[in-house]
Amino acid sequence: MTLTIDHLDCSLGKRRILHDVSGLSASPGEITALIGPNGSGKSTLLKAIAGIEAASGRIRLGERQLDALSLEQRSQCLYYLLQDTSTQAALSVFEAVLLSRRTQVAEPAATALSAVERALTSLELDPLAERELVTLSGGQRQRVAIAQAIVRKPKLLMLDEPTSALDLHHQLQVLDYLRRLARREGIVIVLAIHDLNLAARFADHLWVVKEGRHIVSGMPEQVLTPERLRDIYAIEAHVEWPIDAPPRVIPLSALHRLGD
Amino acid sequence: MKATTRLSHTAKPESTAVRYLARQRRQRRLIALAALAVLISLLVDVATGPGAYALPDVLKALVAPSEVSRILEIVVWEIRLPVALMAIIVGASLAVAGAEMQTLLDNPLADPFTLGISSAASFGAALAIVLDFGLLPVAGTLLLTGNAFLLAMFASLAIWALSRLRGVSIQTMVLMGIAIMFFFNALLGILQYVASAESLQQLMFWSLGSLDKASWGKLGLAGLALMITMPAFIRARSQLTALRLGDVQAKAMGIDVGRLRLRMLLCCALLSATAVAFVGTIGFVGLVGPHIARLLVGEDQRVFLPMSALTGALILSLTSILSKTLIPGILLPIGLLTALIGLPFFVSLILRSRRETWR
Ligand SMILES: Nc1ncnc2c1ncn2[C@@H]1O[C@H](COP(=O)(O)OP(=O)(O)OP(=O)(O)O)[C@@H](O)[C@H]1O
Ligand SMILES: [Mg+2]
Repeated sequence: MTLTIDHLDCSLGKRRILHDVSGLSASPGEITALIGPNGSGKSTLLKAIAGIEAASGRIRLGERQLDALSLEQRSQCLYYLLQDTSTQAALSVFEAVLLSRRTQVAEPAATALSAVERALTSLELDPLAERELVTLSGGQRQRVAIAQAIVRKPKLLMLDEPTSALDLHHQLQVLDYLRRLARREGIVIVLAIHDLNLAARFADHLWVVKEGRHIVSGMPEQVLTPERLRDIYAIEAHVEWPIDAPPRVIPLSALHRLGD
Repeated sequence: MKATTRLSHTAKPESTAVRYLARQRRQRRLIALAALAVLISLLVDVATGPGAYALPDVLKALVAPSEVSRILEIVVWEIRLPVALMAIIVGASLAVAGAEMQTLLDNPLADPFTLGISSAASFGAALAIVLDFGLLPVAGTLLLTGNAFLLAMFASLAIWALSRLRGVSIQTMVLMGIAIMFFFNALLGILQYVASAESLQQLMFWSLGSLDKASWGKLGLAGLALMITMPAFIRARSQLTALRLGDVQAKAMGIDVGRLRLRMLLCCALLSATAVAFVGTIGFVGLVGPHIARLLVGEDQRVFLPMSALTGALILSLTSILSKTLIPGILLPIGLLTALIGLPFFVSLILRSRRETWR
């Protein structure tokens, strides 16, 4: 079930944010990383795919024509995990993850409980299960949000900077888990991410957006070159692809201003 | 990866689901306790009042009316029981309306009182008392109730209508509610200014809130509002809980947030308008009932909703008892006392939990 996007336009208020975003595709079993500067439209693109922001254009997931489906119908097969996971809700971690499952499927309590339990275990959250969301640190809350996402077993999972608040252990643990999840279940995973080292290491495919336009997409080796990075981010960078070690993207200096 | 494998440093004797079920049992026990407290309070409420009847006699009048004196039967069944039940139904209605308004408008201060619904009702009552003007073709005490209900509905619907406009934020809706409160308070002030001393006193008494005009008919109507809206809230319980994670996350879970807010606000409007129309302005219950419930069981609507209803009912029922016993022989307006009885309890709970939630 490949995700393909063509001629996607999206406006927020009076501002046109996405300009004819075309030619994007993401394959099942793979991790696609969405990169681009601040304000380039990454979050907006993911929300438009999820149906959270109104957009025009063609969005297909395998046979399904997503753009013809309502928000509720789309939520049956996809999930968008938003960038800001802060909350003041007086819910326990377990309750929050269970809630996510319950808003999607009606099923016997025992089935739901064991699904929640598995999701918590895969994110190493079992010790926190009874804690209230407000008492968690930012990174812990982010992992709970990821558990809320995977407990729904979406066919298309979109995560907006899912590792932005995580420590090094959990950055690797979460991304490694997501990669195995994609391979095992054959789902499409798209994640917006700023850390290019992680993107280079874990992504099978990259989408680059800038100023609301699709600039380039392809394999990390093709996209993450010093020339391209200069175009995209206005930085000088050194890139290495060692055979026996993870790829390295070393930013050296910021060049001219990067317009918003 | 097998579901049961755990890293050693996260190993726990019990599974997370088992611990969740234990938490759920604790929550349910608290709800059962609250229900018991409401029942006891109801009985004590029926047993107190002028004409000192002993509790066993009153209980007997409740279960076997034919075996007690005719006077006691009338006192219990026609006077005290409707009042005591009204306290419970109105307390529950106000607290449920407050709980859902706080959830829907993402604001811990939202309740029928702060959103101007009570002020609108007071103005409606003033129209009837001061000008003898009715918005509905009815007479007597129903004139007052009808006016209060219509204006309370109008105020709620104004907030509701605003929420239909695209791009209106929920903060704007709260501000609109506050503006409505000031508007109707000003109109009320004008009527008070021109009112005669007698009608001024009557108006004063109404707006302080009182239960003693309760009858089985009014009780039925107030109960009906609760019976119509509760199933709607219960059906939407997961969606309402999800709203507490923010609109975007709720939308990601497939919830049509705009439509949910519209439908549920309409239910809140019906509940609060009915409650205020029958008993006048009773503040604090709609605000504090839900907060106490939140402290006790959290915000999962499966437990938060019943707990809010019960704490609201309990606060108003205890207040009703207090209004009869505080100064023997004098019935104090119940609206005066809700804050007095609710506040110490509320403050002690806040101080004990000191957390970053709204609690
Ligand atoms: N509600 C809104 N109304 C108008 N413009 C908005 C709104 N939300 C975002 N924008 C604008 O849309 C553009 C894209 O925003 P978006 O959040 O998609 O960027 P992003 O690529 O996710 O950025 P970041 O890396 O900072 O998360 C930005 O220029 C932003 O200012
Ligand atoms: Mg973003």
